[in-house]
Amino acid sequence: MGFTAFSIFGDGPGGVMPPGAAPLSPSQGAVYHFGKEMSGDKHMRRVVVTGLGMVSPLASGVEATWSKLLAGESGAGPITRFDAGRLATGYACEVPRGDGSNGTFNPDDFMEPKEQRKVDDFILYGMAAAQQAVEDSGWMPKDEEDRVRTGVMIGSGIGGLQSIADTAVLLHERGPRRVSPFFIPGALINLISGQVSIRYGFKGPNHAVVTACSTGAHAIGDAARLIQWGDADVMIAGGAESPISEIGIAGFNACKALSTGRGDDPTKASRPWDKDRDGFVMGEGAGVVVLEEYEHALARGAKIYGEVIGYGLSGDAHHITAPPPNHEGAERAMKAAVARAGIDAGEIDYVNAHGTSTMADTIELGAVERLVGDAAGKVTMSSTKSSTGHLLGAAGAIEAIFCILAMRDQVAPPTLNLDNPDAETKIDLAPNAKVEREIDVVLSNSFGFGGTNAALIMRRVKT
Amino acid sequence: MSDIADRVKKIVVEHLGVEEEKVTENASFIDDLGADSLDTVELVMAFEEEFGIEIPDDAAETIQTFGDAVKFISEAS
Repeated sequence: MGFTAFSIFGDGPGGVMPPGAAPLSPSQGAVYHFGKEMSGDKHMRRVVVTGLGMVSPLASGVEATWSKLLAGESGAGPITRFDAGRLATGYACEVPRGDGSNGTFNPDDFMEPKEQRKVDDFILYGMAAAQQAVEDSGWMPKDEEDRVRTGVMIGSGIGGLQSIADTAVLLHERGPRRVSPFFIPGALINLISGQVSIRYGFKGPNHAVVTACSTGAHAIGDAARLIQWGDADVMIAGGAESPISEIGIAGFNACKALSTGRGDDPTKASRPWDKDRDGFVMGEGAGVVVLEEYEHALARGAKIYGEVIGYGLSGDAHHITAPPPNHEGAERAMKAAVARAGIDAGEIDYVNAHGTSTMADTIELGAVERLVGDAAGKVTMSSTKSSTGHLLGAAGAIEAIFCILAMRDQVAPPTLNLDNPDAETKIDLAPNAKVEREIDVVLSNSFGFGGTNAALIMRRVKT
Repeated sequence: MSDIADRVKKIVVEHLGVEEEKVTENASFIDDLGADSLDTVELVMAFEEEFGIEIPDDAAETIQTFGDAVKFISEAS
């Protein structure tokens, strides 16, 4: 394949598929071969992270969440949003609502009350995280050229589940004439991307990923590629989710995916890799990053948090909710990301695991061990879901942000409640305490129902 | 002001997030009060709910201002 063709693409935004760049023939299998040839291409546009935004069960705001995460706080508690008395699981990680002080989430800070009424909570969270990220980046288009070069890709795993449930009941009880005109645009997954574009005038690519619990990672990876390929110079990317509703919990309970036995102390329920784990704890919120072409960021003197250097994707082709016993799909996604990054897997300092507090934790651990090989003893890997719960489509996005902050502050966040590891490993799983160490290269894993896997690798940009 | 006008005004203020003083006899929902076509659909639904009436689509299209709404509802109730 003639990759010299990429030189024409690197010269500026063209949107033209470089000859020979695609498609891959089936015999090549995955992106391996592609990634190896691609890595180190001097003409590849580089993508850096210049803005962060987050609404999490720990707090509204990136810094407020991060400090609580490092302190080992848990976002779990009894469900307060609705009467959970009929459910097998009565606890979750809810976003703390309040007047905006002390890290509480005040919706009025992000959307007018009359607009909040028209959207499901996942859109509200997504808009809030996007606003934080855009403000943090300092990027605001000055002219039409800037606007058309700025796009949005914020997805969700499920979208407006509560709105759909409520409207179905309304339809059943009161008939079709009572269905709100805002029901559909308030529940559609791509309406965060749409709303963000409308608010800020971002006229570039407008897209939304839907890959269950891999959504946030896929959104950041795909958005980075749009920048690499010249379709945009700036992308607002991430994921949002609001699954804490009676129908949401009931659905995941039916899949036997949720923790059910920790009603006495929900903060102990999310315990990745621990022998006594019994399922994940539902979370909610949103994570959004501003991705920017490197020279574009330099030219405007933007703060650069790190560089997205690797992204790999794969499918398990195995089962609708379970990974295969060796999770070779996860391994292929990680290897593809490593190849794309042009690094050795042993250079990875910190891994933010998918680690949901289910049986799949040890399967992921095995795949990571195979990836890093002899370097296992130098790797720190933690699951921040032990603190935030599982934010489904937002998980990959907030966890990519945690990876970026781990590089910034040279500290790996802890895995809470890891008292009795279910597997022996040389990898440091950061049990119950943060780990201060050198962190230059980070890997974030996300795996979703349907057997969809994404791996992101980022690197510190030393200036 | 009549009871009906008060109740209509309350709905308009709530749904469109506008100040009460702006909701005058000739105020157009779209041109003066910032509504879009979806907002007007929702407004009509709210009027139906509040007053227990049905406003057919062709009638709804004639309700452009606050005054139109009060007049229609007064006649229909």
